[in-house]
Amino acid sequence: MKILVCISKTPDTTAKIAFTDNNTKFADGGVQFIVNPYDEWYALVRALELKEAGLATTVTLVNVGGADNDPIIRKALAIGGDDAVRINLESGDSFTIASQIAAVAKDGGYDLVLTGKETIDYNGSSIGGMVAELLDAPYVSLATKLDAAAGNLTATREIEGGEEVAELSLPAVISCQKGMAEQRIPNMKGIMGARTKPLAVKEPVATDALTSIVSFELPPAKAGVKLVSADTPEELVRLLREEAKVF
Amino acid sequence: MVLIFADQTDGQIKKQAFEAISYGAKIAGQTGTTAEVLVLGTVENAASTLPALGKYGASRVHYADNPAFNGFDAQVYAAAIADAATAAGADVIVFSNTTSGKAIAPRLSARLKAGLVAGAVALPDTSAGFVVKKSVFSGKAFANVAINTPVKVISLNPNAFGIQTSETTAEVVSINLTPSAGKIKVTSVNKVTGTVPLSEAELVVSGGRGLKGPENWHLVEDLAKEIGAATACSRAVADAHWRPHHEHVGQTGGAIAPNLYFAIGISGAIQHLAGVNRSKTIVVINKDPEAPFFKAADYGIVGDAFEVMPKIVEAVKKMKAVG
Repeated sequence: MKILVCISKTPDTTAKIAFTDNNTKFADGGVQFIVNPYDEWYALVRALELKEAGLATTVTLVNVGGADNDPIIRKALAIGGDDAVRINLESGDSFTIASQIAAVAKDGGYDLVLTGKETIDYNGSSIGGMVAELLDAPYVSLATKLDAAAGNLTATREIEGGEEVAELSLPAVISCQKGMAEQRIPNMKGIMGARTKPLAVKEPVATDALTSIVSFELPPAKAGVKLVSADTPEELVRLLREEAKVF
Repeated sequence: MVLIFADQTDGQIKKQAFEAISYGAKIAGQTGTTAEVLVLGTVENAASTLPALGKYGASRVHYADNPAFNGFDAQVYAAAIADAATAAGADVIVFSNTTSGKAIAPRLSARLKAGLVAGAVALPDTSAGFVVKKSVFSGKAFANVAINTPVKVISLNPNAFGIQTSETTAEVVSINLTPSAGKIKVTSVNKVTGTVPLSEAELVVSGGRGLKGPENWHLVEDLAKEIGAATACSRAVADAHWRPHHEHVGQTGGAIAPNLYFAIGISGAIQHLAGVNRSKTIVVINKDPEAPFFKAADYGIVGDAFEVMPKIVEAVKKMKAVG
């Protein structure tokens, strides 16, 4: 079983969110970028575990982005993976990116494509489903567990108020979240080894974007907290009932 | 025509679908067309349940009562919804951005080459094109996204729009959709019973490390029980196994948007806020006046939860007694 893991570059979880160019562009000055946590902690680590258990032959990383994404790809390779592919496309909507990943998956004959459940910047939760549709493959989203045996997968996914277990055949696409694996910290050997792992750069396939971002905006500033004295907590209950009207 | 997919499990239409229908009906009103609903699989008491969807603004319900749709497979669902949408001439297709919406909507978007906005929080702006506002950066910002294709797909964030009702009933039309051969077999469904699922809860009471240990969770549970809320917790609490992982809300746990998020002994790290900042009203009880959560809160008490919470529960009881 050959696994393809989708790796996205996102701002650090603590990054200040601001916009420039008349609110059309994320202000990335001074922002530290990381591998999208859901891709790194869950999709990548679970892929590595499956390989270590002898259930996968290779683990390849795929990223869509410009050359400035290479440090992030190397960072992911330091955690593990045999090689990586970067599709040389600066930006695009979810469908454009999914089309690139589907083309890599098809050309490389990958059996299993893993993604994080969403990126922490765009929160689209869309790439996995779109890739699956483009590959005509089954898809389990928001998976918390994944096991493989003899060409079949068993996946557990989150549903409202519980979970659902399903069996599916390969090739397949799974989006991964908490529960799937534990975060790994790269060691020195991994970091050194990542420098020489193959990183192929491929040109994008032609696709048309279906959507485009017009502008960004920040939520209106909170009016400020209304503090109630610890001596009169009943006043808080009154405010919640009469002012906020929550119960 | 605006087509709203009304998701059902175990024969029950999910609450979030009512909100999606209300939202779709409003779009139909905006664009001078009708709002119609699609239901896949067998619904309990269909003869009364389905016409009642008119209450949320649907004029017609397309009902594909086929047992093949009773087990969930995003691939089979997306193909069937695409067929139904094309046959009915839908130009806007609405989902609720629930676990199933997140699985189906992207597939449908790719299948129909119809642009998708997942995580919509407002009605589309149709003054120039078709622009939908969505939540990005884990609730810390919004993006206005233009859908540039003739058919549009929108997945609405739960509790972003609200349910709107009127006194009308919908016409129900049985339709025949041929299910494609599925590649997924659902083998079991395990639901937490007896409590309000966190994702559907309108009121949530949540506890953090400030509660010092699982033996003190009655401080959270007493209030939750009194006001009919679901319970949640911070990452530190779930990681310490004080509470089950499904209660964890935050960047790496669940993201929720209830009407009330009542946080007890949670400092409000940015990763925690990412999971709860879409809540309508946030209350923070913390003894540290410098806790960052107060900056994101609407109401707060700087005080010891062990002293404050029993008094709050008493006050709620009194309030309920008065009525």
